[in-house]
Order: sequence, then structure tokens, then C-alpha cells
Amino acid sequence: MASSNSVLLKVEGLEKRFGGIIALADYDVEIRPGELVGLIGPNGAGKTTVFNLLSGVLKPNQGRIVFNGQDITRLRPDQNAALGIARTFQNIRIFKELSVIDNVKVAFHIRMGHGFWKTLMHTSDYRYSENEMEQKSHEILELFDLEAIKDQPAKNLPYGIQRRVEIARAMATMPKLLLLDEPSAGLNTGETDELVKTLRKIHDTYGLTIFIVEHDMKLIMTICQRIQVIDRGRMLSTGTPEDVRHDQRVIEAYLGKSGHGKQYAQG
Amino acid sequence: MNQSRNRLVFLALILLGIGFVALVRSTVNEYILSIINFVGIYIILAVSLNITNGFTGLFSLGHPGFMAIGGYVTAILTFPVSRKSMFLELPQWLANLEMPFFPASIIGGVCAAMMALVVGLPVLRLRGHYLAVATLGFLIIVQVLITNWDSVTRGPLGLNGLPAITNLWYVYPWVVVTVYVAWKIKFSSYGRSMLSIREDDMAAQCLGVNLFRTRVAALVIGAFFAGIAGGLWAHLVTAITPTSFSLILAFYIVVMVVVGGAGSISGAFIAAIIFSVLTEIFRPLEENLDVYGIGEIFTAAILILILIYRPQGLFGSREPGFLLTRDTQ
Repeated sequence: MASSNSVLLKVEGLEKRFGGIIALADYDVEIRPGELVGLIGPNGAGKTTVFNLLSGVLKPNQGRIVFNGQDITRLRPDQNAALGIARTFQNIRIFKELSVIDNVKVAFHIRMGHGFWKTLMHTSDYRYSENEMEQKSHEILELFDLEAIKDQPAKNLPYGIQRRVEIARAMATMPKLLLLDEPSAGLNTGETDELVKTLRKIHDTYGLTIFIVEHDMKLIMTICQRIQVIDRGRMLSTGTPEDVRHDQRVIEAYLGKSGHGKQYAQG
Repeated sequence: MNQSRNRLVFLALILLGIGFVALVRSTVNEYILSIINFVGIYIILAVSLNITNGFTGLFSLGHPGFMAIGGYVTAILTFPVSRKSMFLELPQWLANLEMPFFPASIIGGVCAAMMALVVGLPVLRLRGHYLAVATLGFLIIVQVLITNWDSVTRGPLGLNGLPAITNLWYVYPWVVVTVYVAWKIKFSSYGRSMLSIREDDMAAQCLGVNLFRTRVAALVIGAFFAGIAGGLWAHLVTAITPTSFSLILAFYIVVMVVVGGAGSISGAFIAAIIFSVLTEIFRPLEENLDVYGIGEIFTAAILILILIYRPQGLFGSREPGFLLTRDTQ
């Protein structure tokens, strides 16, 4: 892991407006290499907007995103992916008609894929990279326990496994920062437990930096070292799970000014 | 591991094709032979459109536009110098140029591909239905330009009396090349990035696929083969007019891709054979019964039935197992 005072991702004063609506304002975050940071907030708080801005799917109206010392504010998603930002989506976006292994192989294209002419000429470095992709894909599938179903079209798989395929696919881009957008959405308890195990495994195995948006309080409280809370496009609170759990503003944002909030937040 | 077996299968198929070409050329009559030539050209068209529409999911109706460009360029280049000056007012260097068919058709294909690049840069920012409408617009623009550019194209009269060069020894190798290129793309990292765009472009882009460049490439590759097919067509029919390459033709090629299964090379191949043979079967029927359009109606009916009962097409996105190595299945 890199020294703790270096910063992998630094965001300053990020703002996004859709027409007259301010989806996100004055958003800051700093993530150090190897950290596991959570982002929570009620529905419509702007969590997914943050991820869309960080991955380059949306461009901010104001503010700056610096990744690994480089200003990436205006870059496209594929350029961000090349620099080492991978993401998953709230409503799974796997390649349905492709097999599980092909889903993963697509992600290797950016690191070792070749263009049209080399493919056509069947050059030796083309053959080498196709073999390499095959092998690396098996390694990833092994790690995520997907090897047995590698030839199945992704659309035939249960929801929980599709999630896992999506995370495996993101990992195949060999990211420095993994953005997970509500990875437990739509999963049952068993599947969520599996997910937590998987996340722990990749965090431990690769020392990977993970930024995670979640609805499931219990999940985020157990795995994150640091948590940010946003509400209606604005930062509300930030700190350790313990700090956030007892922050009166957070409790109010989730449940209004009522005593039940505390219980809910404790999950 | 099964790579060598796979190669043998393909080699055997290619040799079988050569045998077939030699056989039919010495046995069947001119009429049947010309039908087989058309079938070959349709295979080139369907398989190449499949790269654009099937692999990458760009719903393009512009294929006949690229054919027209390839067809006219090839025709003008091969036209005998002595007759060129009678019909056309060309710049000096072009008027004195008479080229062999093969290089001329390559130039035709390259011109079509370059046009695809020019058209693709603005148009491929659009998606789905918008893209379909824009490519339709392109097709109409090409027709209007050809119709009005009298000095080079003879306008609505078209170019006729072209040398009848196209035969199966030209068509068949191009069929092989088209299928080879499509196959090579499909089972490579490059092709997987195309397929990923078809499946979900946002996810593809977030995994590092350069959306714009890959989409433009898919259009350009398809257009090259359409241009080649246009040249073959012009020198098979020995005439070319602005209406040779119409929306009806775009409809036929798209039907072949959809019915065969978007993304399936074998599907496009087989559907091209079925539909071009069907039209020929209906032709005498139409003439004898004096009811024109049965072929089109029948084709449209098949399309509707397929869309209702088997929307993924005959083959889906897949290829038959005997053509695949174990690890590409």
C-alpha cells in the first residue's frame, strides 16, 4: 500500500445541475490508497450523480476531480477506465447475450486488446494477447467463484450472481479505484453476505481502494472505514461509522425528527 | 488445442466452395449462373451489414448508399476510354483512365469506406431509431447527388453497357474474404468490444471501450464490403442507375440480418441465400400471373412472423457448433 499521506482521489467543489435543479453542490472527498469508503444518503440525495461524475459518464458544471495526481474532470469514461477507475451500476448492466467469460474478457480489451489490422492478420502478439486474456479471465473467474458457469449467457443467471459477474468484470480492468453503486440492491440476505465476503476478499487480496454507495446500513457500517453522508445534493456529515451513526443530522435526514431514527441507523 | 481442427474445417469449406463454383460454371445455364452470382453478392452484403448492425448494434439503412458509391466508382474506372468521352464530361486524368476490374473494385470499396468515415463522424453520435433515420437520409442524399451529377454519372439515365466482368471467380473469393473478416472480428477481443457496445454502450465505455471510434470502425468496415458488392453488382447487371440501390434493397439486407439472427455470421449467410433464391422463384410467378410484388409481400410476411415467434432470428447471436473450437463456443 502506498504511504498514507498520498491521496488517490481528490474532489473539490463538485457541482452538477440538471436544468434548474441542483443535483449536487460543493461536494468534496479525499480517498487514500487502500481505503474503503462509503457514501450514503436518502433516495435522490445525489449519490449516483457523484459516481457518474467520477466515472466520466456526466460532466460537472463546476469543480475539479484529481485522480492519482492527474486532473480528470473532463475525461471520458473509457479514458478514466484506462487510468484505473472501474465501476458497477445500481441497476446491473452486464452484457446479457454474452457468456460470463466473454463479459470478463471485454474488460481486458483496454489493457491488452488489439485493433482491427492485427486481428485480421492474426499476428503473433495478437495470438499472445488472446491467450493471455483467456488465462487472466480464468484467474478472475476462479477468484469470484464463477468458473463453473463461465459459458452460460449472463442473462440466464440469478440476480445475485449477475452482480458478482459485474464486479468481476470491473476487476478485470485492473483498477486502482473501484466504484460500487449499491452492490446489495435487490439481493437477499444470503446473497448480501456472499457479497460482503467477496468485497472483503478483493480488498484484502489486492489492497484495492473501494468507494461504495449503499442503502444497506448494516453492510456499509460493517465494511467501511470512513463514511460520507449526503442529502439533497449537499454534504451532511463525514467520519467513522461510529461518528456518523450518532450524528443527529444524519438521523433526521433519514427519518425526520423522530426517535426511531436512531434505531434505524443502527440497523 | 482444437485450433488446427478448426482450420481444417474452414479449409475444407473453402475447397468445397471452389469445387462448387467450378461445377456450376460448367454445368448450369447462364440464367442460373447469374442467380448464383446474385446470391453471392447478397451474402457479401448481409454478412458485412451484420458487422455494423449485428455486432455493434448500429441500425444502419445506409448500406445501398455505400453500394452505389462503390458501384459508380468502379464502373467509371473500368469504362472503356473510347466510350467515356461520348457519354461523360470527366476531368482529363479520369477520362483517360481505364483500369482492370480488380483494382477498380478495391478503389470503389475504399471510396465507400471513406464516405462512411465522413458520414459516421456526425451521424454516429445518434442512437437507435435516430441513427436509422439519419442513415436513411444519407441513402437519399447519395441518390439525389448521383441523379443530379450529370457530367460524371449521366444522371437518371445511369451508366449502361458496362463490361460484363463479374463472374463467380470474382464473387466467390470476395464472399470468402467477407466471411473471414467477419469471423475473425467476432471471435477476437476487437469483436467482443463491438458486441459489448451492442449489449450496453454505457457499461462498455466504463470498461474502457472507445465508443465512438469502435462504432465508426464498424460502419467503415461494413461500407467497404458494400462498396465491393456495388462494383460486382454493376458489372454483373452491366448497368447502374441511381435507383439500382434503393430503400427496398436496404430493407432486403436488413431482413436477412434480422432473420438470420443479429450477430450470427452463419445466420446472415443462410438468410441471404434463402431470400435471394425466394425472390428469383417468385419472379416467373409474378410475370405469369401478372401480380407484381408477391416476393416483397412474402418477404415482409416472413419478417413479421420471425419477429413475433423468434425475435432473436434463426441463429440468435451464435454459430453452429461444428464450426467452433471448444473455447470459442
